[in-house]
Amino acid sequence: MKNMKRREFLGTGLTATTMAAVAGTGLLRSGMAFAGNVAGWPAKPFEEKKLAAAMTDSIGKTEIPVSSKVRLSAPSIAENGAAVPVTIEIDSPMNADDYVKTVWLFVDHNPTPLASQFNFTPGCGHAFIQQRIKMAKTDNVRVVARTSKGELMASAPRKVKVTIGGCGG
Amino acid sequence: MRIGRRDFLQLLGIAGAASFFTPGAVQAAWGGESDPYEIPDYGNVTLLHMTDSHAQLLPVWWREPDTNIGVGPVLNQTPHLCGKWMLDYYGVTRGTADGYAYSCLDYDTLAHHYGKIGGYAHIASLVKRYRQQLGKRVLLLDGGDTWQGSATSLWTQASDMVGAQNLLGVDDFVGHWEFTYGQDRVQHLVKNELKATFLAQNIFNTTWQEAVFKSYRIHEVSGRRIAVIGQAFPFTPIANPAYLIPDWEFGIHTQHMQKVVRECREKEHADLVVVLSHNGADVDKKMAALVKGIDIILGGHTHDIMGPKPFMVNQTLIINTSTNGKVLARFDLDVGKGRLKGWRFHYLPVFSNLIHPDAEMAAYIEKVRAPYRERLEKPLATTGSLLYRRDNFNGTFDQLLCNALREEMDCEAAFSPGFRWGYCKLPGETITMEDVMGQTAITYPQVTINEYTGAEIKNIMEQVADNIFNPDPYYQQGGDMIRVGNIQYAFNPDEKIQHRITNMRIGGKMVSATRKYKVAGWASMHKSEGKPVWEIFARWLENKKHVEVEKMDLPTLNGDMRSNRGIADPHPYGL
Repeated sequence: MKNMKRREFLGTGLTATTMAAVAGTGLLRSGMAFAGNVAGWPAKPFEEKKLAAAMTDSIGKTEIPVSSKVRLSAPSIAENGAAVPVTIEIDSPMNADDYVKTVWLFVDHNPTPLASQFNFTPGCGHAFIQQRIKMAKTDNVRVVARTSKGELMASAPRKVKVTIGGCGG
Repeated sequence: MRIGRRDFLQLLGIAGAASFFTPGAVQAAWGGESDPYEIPDYGNVTLLHMTDSHAQLLPVWWREPDTNIGVGPVLNQTPHLCGKWMLDYYGVTRGTADGYAYSCLDYDTLAHHYGKIGGYAHIASLVKRYRQQLGKRVLLLDGGDTWQGSATSLWTQASDMVGAQNLLGVDDFVGHWEFTYGQDRVQHLVKNELKATFLAQNIFNTTWQEAVFKSYRIHEVSGRRIAVIGQAFPFTPIANPAYLIPDWEFGIHTQHMQKVVRECREKEHADLVVVLSHNGADVDKKMAALVKGIDIILGGHTHDIMGPKPFMVNQTLIINTSTNGKVLARFDLDVGKGRLKGWRFHYLPVFSNLIHPDAEMAAYIEKVRAPYRERLEKPLATTGSLLYRRDNFNGTFDQLLCNALREEMDCEAAFSPGFRWGYCKLPGETITMEDVMGQTAITYPQVTINEYTGAEIKNIMEQVADNIFNPDPYYQQGGDMIRVGNIQYAFNPDEKIQHRITNMRIGGKMVSATRKYKVAGWASMHKSEGKPVWEIFARWLENKKHVEVEKMDLPTLNGDMRSNRGIADPHPYGL
């Protein structure tokens, strides 16, 4: 996709892999690895323009049961649509037998709805992610996680309102 | 009970309500000699709560809104009750002192009878009295919006209010408008001048997501451990300019609140968990439904009468304690080991005429005002109308402000923010510079002229409307609808964003989506150049010499609103 910039980030000591679509947020610095150069980069789902297609390409389906184990927090009203803080936490033993393997973060109507993909190993210890994403307008943010056993679970979609300010109080 | 009439007049400098001081008036008003502030002893912990004083050191006139519509889950629920609906719900009789305090009905008549409300010297007198009676079992908690709203608070950059809080002995404090002095000033005052502890579980450093302030404080009272958790106004960088607090992030942070409550219970062994909140009434209710383990939420921000009975959500007691010093709330609690065993609640309107002002605080107020006295007292115009701001859609004071902006800036329309602070003036009174500052004293006061298309004007109004009438409280910011000068529209609060406003006109003519209109406004979210709004407003008033509000720019409302109990009188809305 045109203007799409990508990065791979290796968390020190965590061995979690993050693949994120970062469109023009100015977060990129020269010298960072671009995902296009990275083996295994899932280019197709990151380039899809519709939520259903992005989900199908990444997860293989669009209907995922909601689980209270997947906790997504995001502001109800964005302070700055260009950098909306999102926190994801998933209940999991995170041991060799049972761990969260992959987490996907979607913004329903962003130009490319798949915002990030995170790969975990049992060594991560804790399936926890904090990230900032860009949102052009009021929209739903949602998370899907796949465990090492192949179980899929989703967060409830979370509406983040992007509005003009003023007039409070 | 003695009325400190002489002291009171001396303090005010003027007799605001001469007819009130006729012999026997006070006793008659209260139905005898009984002292409304004398409270029978109960329990082992007392919480005193005041909030949203908006820097009014002296007593003021404060009329309750005639329109405060609740939608969705809070339809016709307190505090979205106005006029008779509010009185009926709380079982208060019209025309009594409490009726005067809790509703807009007969406001100017009753004002002459019952007098001004609030005043720090009067509040101090009550606080001192309860501390003398109850000793160390009293905590005084201030819910924020204390540093902003007056000329002297702006001119001293909140020093006058910090001094008053220190004298009053505030224990814990949370914030909202405080942040509009900028993060450096807030940190300076909190660290070096303010004796109270500034609490916020929901403010984080943008870089590291670390808490900027302490989330809670544990007080040992009567051998019990009382946790007070602070909740700042969650939408400060959206409702007020974010550039003033560039390194801080806000938000409601329900999950973090739950974590902090658990920490207080489990790690700190708190016997009682209190949230000192600047969420606003509806957000407090939703938060109480989602977070377990909060005993009491002491709420502010929305300036509501949500007493004399606390509102209950599951096991949590929730109140909202008005504004401008109008009410002091008192919880007497029987706190057992690990649980609240019983409570009594007293919602105490601060009738300044019934309370002997505290001499120490009165002297302090006089001292901080002295250097500015001449500027403050400068007369600008007389008013023939009751001037007020607080209401969902417009107030008479805002109508004057919009008229002034349009005429002074030569614009066909005007916007003014839907702030809920700004006290009243009675018909026949003189509007002084202090009164103008009482409607406008903010740190981003520049007046701007914008060329907006009709579509842009509608979008601005729709966005603001959704911040007030979104049925999900977590998407509400508090505040009221943007005030408009010379814009007419039909409005349906129950609709969704972009569909609430129809039939929009400017100067009576249908608005064109593409035509550009010249619109005057103030309080921009972005840094802007322009004269401060008080200068424009004061000049206009001085030229007018006498003002009356004959017509208000109010929307027409849809028919369903006829039975909405958040409307005291549906007629002005075409119903």
